[in-house]
Amino acid sequence: MATTTPSRRGVPDRAHAVRSGAGAGGAAGRGRRPGPRKDRLSVQNLPGWMFSTPFLALFLTFMAVPIVATFVMSFTDFGLRNVADPFATEFVGVENYARLFDDERFLTSLFNTFYFVVLGVPLTVGAGLFAAVLLNRGVGRLRTFFRVGFYAPVVTSIVAVAVVWRFVLDPADGLISGLASEVGLRSPDFLGSKALAMPSLIVMAVWRNLGTAMVLFLAGLQGIPAEVREAARLDGAGVWQEFRRITVPLLRPTMLYVSVMTTIGFLNVFEEPFVMTEGGPDNATMTVSLDMYEQGFKFFHMGYASAMAYVLFTVILAVTLLQLRLLKDKTR
Amino acid sequence: MTAPMPTPTPTSPSASAIPSSPASHGPAQARPARRGLLLAVLWAGMAVMVAPFLWMALSAFKSEKDLGATPTVWIPEDWTLIHFEKLVGLLDVGAHFFNSTLVAVVVTACNLVFCSMLGYALAKLNFAGKRPVFALVMCALMVPGNLMLMPMFVMVSKMGLIDSYAALILPFAAGAFGVFLMRQFMTAIPDELLEAARIDGAGEWFIFWRIAMPLVKPALATLAIFTFLQSWNNFLWPLVATNDPGKYTLPVALATFAIDPTKTNGSNGVLMAGAFLVVLPVLLVFILLQRYFTQGIATAGLK
Repeated sequence: MATTTPSRRGVPDRAHAVRSGAGAGGAAGRGRRPGPRKDRLSVQNLPGWMFSTPFLALFLTFMAVPIVATFVMSFTDFGLRNVADPFATEFVGVENYARLFDDERFLTSLFNTFYFVVLGVPLTVGAGLFAAVLLNRGVGRLRTFFRVGFYAPVVTSIVAVAVVWRFVLDPADGLISGLASEVGLRSPDFLGSKALAMPSLIVMAVWRNLGTAMVLFLAGLQGIPAEVREAARLDGAGVWQEFRRITVPLLRPTMLYVSVMTTIGFLNVFEEPFVMTEGGPDNATMTVSLDMYEQGFKFFHMGYASAMAYVLFTVILAVTLLQLRLLKDKTR
Repeated sequence: MTAPMPTPTPTSPSASAIPSSPASHGPAQARPARRGLLLAVLWAGMAVMVAPFLWMALSAFKSEKDLGATPTVWIPEDWTLIHFEKLVGLLDVGAHFFNSTLVAVVVTACNLVFCSMLGYALAKLNFAGKRPVFALVMCALMVPGNLMLMPMFVMVSKMGLIDSYAALILPFAAGAFGVFLMRQFMTAIPDELLEAARIDGAGEWFIFWRIAMPLVKPALATLAIFTFLQSWNNFLWPLVATNDPGKYTLPVALATFAIDPTKTNGSNGVLMAGAFLVVLPVLLVFILLQRYFTQGIATAGLK
């Protein structure tokens, strides 16, 4: 919970009569505080506005305007010629959206993206939780070492690790094929097979992202008071019971945060298929972001790609709300 | 995929400082047999995490003959720099390094200043419109970057900024996460301190730079690291916003190189050398600064 500040002083009117405003606004919501002066143009507001200006200017230019523009574009036939002359575009109503749901490739992308999320997110969150619970059990001096090792892939460029994994999975000279031949087996062509390409990308994504989940879970685990565990043990709880009845319920808020963040990231999956498979074989790893990129920047169907962007955004919002619903900590 | 999320652990920098508890504490420190199993599992996990990096590093120094050998040659028989030489011949590595570094440094500096400014205002100042501004920041946290891709490209084209550093920097110069983080930390600054300065006649700008900023140095360090990394690893926007290979950042250069078989001649060695150069600086910095990665964002990330 965001800590609420004790009562805070507003900007004093030239060194006398200090008003006290309270609360840090936002989520804390400990009672309503007397708001700022009603006269909008009072000198009191100036510092606050000045400090907000740079962020707001950038936000408006590079976020608010483009978000609205994408929405407008998604109802037009915006194409290559419009990059030079944006206002010569024609409105086509909801045609882009209607076409999307007849578009074989887009439906495949949508399916693949869900496939990636449905398998990838639980594996990432599960592996991260598992690693965190293990590291939380007194491995002493080695804890930092393992934490650094498990987190290392997170800080590296996805493009670079995707290039590396492409070679790791290479059926002729790759790492896996080398290991397989050591024990007399042959490696399948992971990225060249329709059935195995997506699972391969999922394995790589889990490998790269479990560190994030682990570190967040470690933070959550350290927030569980020792007395609680102590009490459970005195009551004769075993390791598994302690995990089920203490760790999991108390980690709920962390679990929610980790799941939501991981899901949003996975729904946007782009670099892995772009570098490793280019959406192939036969669109088996085409994802919504990659499809959108190709529609927008390879074929210059920007109106169509904008509609895709909004469909993806809607999916992200819906899934996030669903997760908030399902995982919400009801005890609060 | 996900940019590295700030991932805090509120542990002391050296986790070793946590004493193993006395035996009465049961599973918190596992019994010898169980501890052995625990360590075995962790080492196995570690092997899986490190293997691709090792494979990359070793392959970058193998000769073509070793790369294609059956059975697999694990350790290079004759170490060679040939792939790095080839890479430098095919890609202007220096220029891409420079582009990536310049963009990351400027983006980081902008974020430190702009996010702190708004964070300070939201935490310590009262002004009309504060709540809506905070709500905007929270909304901005939720919006995925690729929602704005097409209009951003059109805008930047119309401004004539394609292939310019401005195009690579400005869209990332003030992130919502940074504002959120700095606000959290600025909130903890005692009001009395700021008040005393105000009574002494200090201006808000002076107070911000001389009092507030020095007090949130740890948060600034954390934000700097994450912003730098995010910028360094950023891919989709630089891919769209640059056409001139001279302006490519490292990931864009590496990716376009990797998916163009005519360039690599199917040599994995050159690709591994490229990946090695992109990954190594970041990994070294991470290992050196790892305690900053694991400090204090918990308060922001986790309610």
